[in-house]
Amino acid sequence: MRGNTRSCWKPSALWVDERVSCSSKIRKKQKERSEASVQVSEFFVNAEGTGEKVNLSDLLKTIEKTSVASNKTKKQLKNLQDSKQTLELPLNKQQTEKIQRSIAYEKTTKEVSTWENIIVQNQKAEQMVFPLNQESSAPKLVEQVVASWKVQTPLEQEIFGLLHKNSQPSNDPVLTPVEEASLKAMSLEEAKIRRAELQKARALQSYFEAKARREKQIKSKKYHKVKKKGKLKKFVKQFDEMVKTNPEEALDELKKMELARMKERMSLKHQNSGKWAKSKAIMAKYDDSARKAMQEQLQMNKDLTQKVVVPSDDEHESNEEASETVPDFANDPEPVLDPVNPWMRGQLTREEPEVSRVTTEEAQTAEEVNEEEELLGEFERKRKLRQADEEDLMTTEEESKKEEPASEVVEDDVVEVSDTEEEAEEEEEDVSEFNTLFRLMRSEKTVEGPKHTPGQEVEEELLNEGEIQVRNMEDLELLGEDVEPQPTAEASLPQTAAEEDTSEPLNKKKREIDLQEVLTKEAKAVRVPFLPTVIEDEEQGEQISLIKEAFAGDDVISDFIKDKKKQEADGMPKVVDLTLPGWGEWGGVGLQPSQRKRKRFTTKMAPPPPRQDRKLPDVIISEKESASVASHQVSHIPFPFQNTAQFESSIRTPIGSTWNTQSVVKKMTKPKVLTTLGAIIEPMAKDMKNNKSTTPAGKEPAIVLEGNKTAKGDSEGSEKSRRRTKSKKKKN
Amino acid sequence: MKVKVLCRNPDDYVRETTRDIQRVPRNFDPTLHPFEVPREYTRALNATKLDRLFAKPFVASLDGHRDGISCITKHAKSLSTIISGACDGEVKLWNLPKRECFRTIQAHEGFVRAVCSRFCGTSFFTVGDDKTIKQWNMEAPGYGVREEPINTILGKVVFTGIDHHQTESTFATCGQTVDIWDEQRSSPIRSFSWGVDSFSCVRYNPVETDLLASCASDRSIVLYDTRESAPLRKVIMQLRSNTLCWNPMEAYYFTCANEDYNLYTYDIRHLDVPVTVHMDHVSAVLDVDYSPTGKEFVSASFDKSIRIFPKNKGHSREVYHTKRMQHVICVRWSADNKYVLSGSDEMNIRLWKANASEKLGLLSSREKAAASYNKKLIEKYQHHPQVRRIARHRHLPRDMLNQKRQLQEMKAARRRKEQNVRKHSKPGSVPLLTEKEKHVAAVVE
Repeated sequence: MRGNTRSCWKPSALWVDERVSCSSKIRKKQKERSEASVQVSEFFVNAEGTGEKVNLSDLLKTIEKTSVASNKTKKQLKNLQDSKQTLELPLNKQQTEKIQRSIAYEKTTKEVSTWENIIVQNQKAEQMVFPLNQESSAPKLVEQVVASWKVQTPLEQEIFGLLHKNSQPSNDPVLTPVEEASLKAMSLEEAKIRRAELQKARALQSYFEAKARREKQIKSKKYHKVKKKGKLKKFVKQFDEMVKTNPEEALDELKKMELARMKERMSLKHQNSGKWAKSKAIMAKYDDSARKAMQEQLQMNKDLTQKVVVPSDDEHESNEEASETVPDFANDPEPVLDPVNPWMRGQLTREEPEVSRVTTEEAQTAEEVNEEEELLGEFERKRKLRQADEEDLMTTEEESKKEEPASEVVEDDVVEVSDTEEEAEEEEEDVSEFNTLFRLMRSEKTVEGPKHTPGQEVEEELLNEGEIQVRNMEDLELLGEDVEPQPTAEASLPQTAAEEDTSEPLNKKKREIDLQEVLTKEAKAVRVPFLPTVIEDEEQGEQISLIKEAFAGDDVISDFIKDKKKQEADGMPKVVDLTLPGWGEWGGVGLQPSQRKRKRFTTKMAPPPPRQDRKLPDVIISEKESASVASHQVSHIPFPFQNTAQFESSIRTPIGSTWNTQSVVKKMTKPKVLTTLGAIIEPMAKDMKNNKSTTPAGKEPAIVLEGNKTAKGDSEGSEKSRRRTKSKKKKN
Repeated sequence: MKVKVLCRNPDDYVRETTRDIQRVPRNFDPTLHPFEVPREYTRALNATKLDRLFAKPFVASLDGHRDGISCITKHAKSLSTIISGACDGEVKLWNLPKRECFRTIQAHEGFVRAVCSRFCGTSFFTVGDDKTIKQWNMEAPGYGVREEPINTILGKVVFTGIDHHQTESTFATCGQTVDIWDEQRSSPIRSFSWGVDSFSCVRYNPVETDLLASCASDRSIVLYDTRESAPLRKVIMQLRSNTLCWNPMEAYYFTCANEDYNLYTYDIRHLDVPVTVHMDHVSAVLDVDYSPTGKEFVSASFDKSIRIFPKNKGHSREVYHTKRMQHVICVRWSADNKYVLSGSDEMNIRLWKANASEKLGLLSSREKAAASYNKKLIEKYQHHPQVRRIARHRHLPRDMLNQKRQLQEMKAARRRKEQNVRKHSKPGSVPLLTEKEKHVAAVVE
C-alpha cells in the first residue's frame, strides 16, 4: 500500500523531464525511496530503463564488437535466439513460502530428534538428580578462585595496593603453557576410556586374586595334588614348545630345574626320615594308606632328584632329538627295574617288605589321572555293598548277622529312608502342621521299635506293640505312655524272615503317609529293623506326648478326612436336573418322568479347576472368596503387569528394613527425582546432548567382563537354588 | 588346630557416646519375620492415610496488588524473588521468604500484559496495553530517585506477550505479529506473520533455544525457528489455546492450555495428534507452567482452581483451591521444584507446595529414609482398592463438583449419541475417533 502511494508521488523536477521525455515518446519511469524503512517493497526497487525489453540481439551486438568473446558462446547465444520456448513462470508466493516452510520444518524436526536418546534415557532412568549439570566437587585451582575475586572493602584495597607496589605476580598466567597443554592433552572421552581400561585391569586382577585365595583355602590334599600334577604336565608341554621355539629360555628353565634338584638332594625332605614318616613306617605294616603315602613320598623324591639333561651346544641344532632324549636318559640307569620299588633303588631299608608289593606305578598313575572315575566307582561299590547287605539280610540272615553288625545295616536303611523323605519334602508345596506331626509320629516309630524288643518278660507286649505299627492317634497315645528313654542293649534280631520281607518295601515306600490308605484300612503289622543307634531328640518325644495329651479322646484325623471329602464334594459340579414332571406327559402321584426326558434335561457342568490341596493329604485350602478380604484385594491386573504372577511377585518382595539390610532398603526406596534444597534447576543445556551420547547412563558398571558374566550367572543360579531349598524348608 | 571360642567384643554392642543411636543387632532370617506382605500392606495403608493427613499445600498469600494479577514471572537467578504484574499497570517485586513486596513500579497504563526476566537476572521486561516494551533494572533505584525504566520501546500495536532468550540478548514479543528484538535496537530484527492478526502468547524453547511457539487467536499454535526465513508449521485446534509452555527437559514437547477445559501435550514432530490430552478442569484453562524437572506441570483455570498433572497422565494428581481464590489467571512453578505460585483475579498471589504433604525445610537422614519408604510403599500398593480410595480422594467445592458431574453427563450423552448415529448409518461412514484425534482441526504446512 505504502509502495503504491509512494509511486504516485513524484518530485516536481522530474515532471519537467518527463514532459520532455513524453514529447520524445521515450518514457522513463524513475522511482525513488523517500523514507528510511525497514521494509523494502519489491514494487519500488527500480533499475534504470525499466520497461525496456532487453533482446538477445542487443547482447549479441556487444559480443560482436568485442573480439574476445569466443565462438562457442556466440554459437550458444545464436541457438538461444533461435529457440522459441519461453521460460516458465516462477511459483507464486504462497507456494514458495509453503515449500520454504516445509523444508525448514523438516530441518528443525531432524535437529530436535537428536534429543530423543537422552529423553528416552531420562524417562527410563531409575533416579534423576536435579540440577543436572552440577559442578564437579574437585578442588579448583587457587588462582582461578582468586581471579574471580574483587577487592571491595578499603582494607582489602589497601592490601591489594601494597601487593601491587611490590609487583607481586598477580597478573601472571595462572598456568604455565606446559601445564595447560597437559590439561588439554587428554579429552574427557579419552580419559574415560583410559579409566575404563584401568578399571577393567584392576577388576581382572582382583578376580584372579580372589580365585587364588579361594583355591588356597581348599583343604583337600587330593585336589592340590591333582592340580599340581596338571600344572606339571602343562609345564612339560610348554617346555617342549619352548625347546623348539626359544631354546635360550628353555636353557634357563633347565638351569632352574637343576637348582631345584640340587636343593632337593641337599634337604631331608621326602626322604622318609621325618617324624611323620617314622610313624607311618610303623603303621605301614597294617595300613594300606600309610604304605601308599610313604610310597608317594619316595616317588616325589625320585622325581625331584632325577637329573635333567642340559642340551649341549652340539645338540642345540637338533632340538627334537634332545627333547626326546630326556626321558630316555631318565630311564637309562634303571631300565628294567621298577622305579617305584625302593629296593631296586636302594633307598629304603628292608623294613617294609610289603610296601612295594601293593601297587605298581601304572596303577598309581592311572588312579591319579581319572580320579573322578575312581570316586564314582567308590560310590558304586558302596552302593553295591549296601545292596548286598540288604539282600543278605533278607535272604540269609543267620549267616550274615554274625559277620556284620546289625546296627550298620539298619543305619544304612535309615539313611535311605531319610533320603526319600527329603525328596518328598522337595516335592511338597505347602506348609502344614500335620506334616510335622506325622513326621514326629514316624520318627517316634523308629525310636520306639528297639525299645520294646529286649527283655523276655515283656515278650507278649513286644509282639503286640513293639513290632506292630499302629497308625492312628489312639494307638499313638497308647504308645506314648510307654515312651521312656531306655538305654537299649544289643540289637536283638527280628523274629522271622517273612515278617522282615513285608516291612522293608513298605518302609521304603512311605515318603509321606497317605492318610486315606492308612486310616481307612485296618492297621497293619509292620516289622521294623531295630535301631539301637538312632535316637531322636528327647524334646521331640516330649512334644509328641504333649500332642497326644491334647488330642486324647477325639479322632481328629478321621474327622479331618471327612471334612476334606465333604469340601471336595461340595466343590464338584452338580448335575442339574431341569425335568418338569408332568410337562409333555402325564403327571401325578407315583408317576415318574420318563428316562428319556430326564436324560434330555439333565446337564452336567464343566469340572472346576483342580483343587490346590489335591496333592496335600493333610491340608484343606479353602478356595472361597471372603468378603472381608475382598475389599482389600485387587480385582483386576493393573496396567503394566501382564499376568497375576507378575503382579504377585511385585507385591511379594518386601522393601522395608524389617526384612532387608540397610543398603538394600536404601536401594529399593530410592526416590525417582532427587532435588537439592535451594538450588535452581536450569533447563537442559544444549551441550548435554554431546556429553550424554558418549557415556551410557544408569549405574551399571562401565565394563562387564565375560568371565565375570558367566560367573555371575552361575552364582545367580546357585543363589536361586539356594533360595528354593530355603523356601521349601520354610514351607515344611 | 582351630579352636573356636566365644568372644564378646564391647565395640560391637557399646555405643561410643550416649548421643549415638543404640545399635540393634538384627537377624534377617525370613522365618523370624513372617507375614511380610500383610504387614507392609498395613504400613502402606497407614502411610497413605498420613499422607492425606499432612496434605496442607497452602503456604502463604501475598496481597498488595490493587487489581487482578495478570502475569507472574520468576527471577532467573534468585529463588526468593518473583515479579508480578497487575491489571492496573502496577508491577510488584516480592520477597518470598519474607512474604512481602519490596518494590512497586507503576509500569504501564492499563494492563501489564506480560513480564519476563532476563536470563542473567539483572533486569526484566514488561509489556503493557500502552503499546510499550519497558526494560527495568532488577535493583531498586536509590532513595529519592524516580523509578524509571532502563529502556522503553514504543510500538505501533499492543503487545500481548513477551519472552526472553535463554542465553542471548534477544527477546520475542507477540501482538499482531511475532517479533524478535535485539535489546540494543528499537525496532524488531525479525517479524513473523502468517495470516493471523493477533497472538496471545509466545514462548522460547528453553532447550533448543532458537525455537519459538505462539498461540494465535485463530485457534492455532504456530511454530517458528529464528534461523529460518518463515514460520515452520501451524496446528489449528477446535478451540483457542490461551498459553503454552515448553518442557524444560524434553526439547520437543510442549503443552498448551486450551479454552475447551483441556490441556494438550504435543510432540512438535507429530503435530497432527497430541501426545496426551489432559482433562479435569471444568472451565477454560488460562495458564500452564512446567516444573523445572519436566516431569509435571501446573495449570490455572477459570474454574478457580489450579491442578497439577504428571506430564504423561491424562488426569491430574492434585487440585488446589480455596474459598477466596477466584479465577486463576497465571501460575508458575518455582525453580527449585518445591513451590507453585498462582495469581488470581482477587488481587492475591498464593504460594503452594508442589507436593502437598511434603515436609518443608531440612530433613534428617532418618526422616528422609522414612519419607522415601512411605512413598515407595504407597507406590507399591497403589492398585489396592483401599489405598487407592484414600490416595485419590480430594475435596472439591460444591459448584465445581456439580459442574464436573454435569460435564461427565454431557460427555456420556455425546458418546451415546455418536454410538447411536454409528449404529444407524452405513458401516464406516461415521469414523471412530479417539479423544486425541477429536481436538485437532488441521495442520497447516
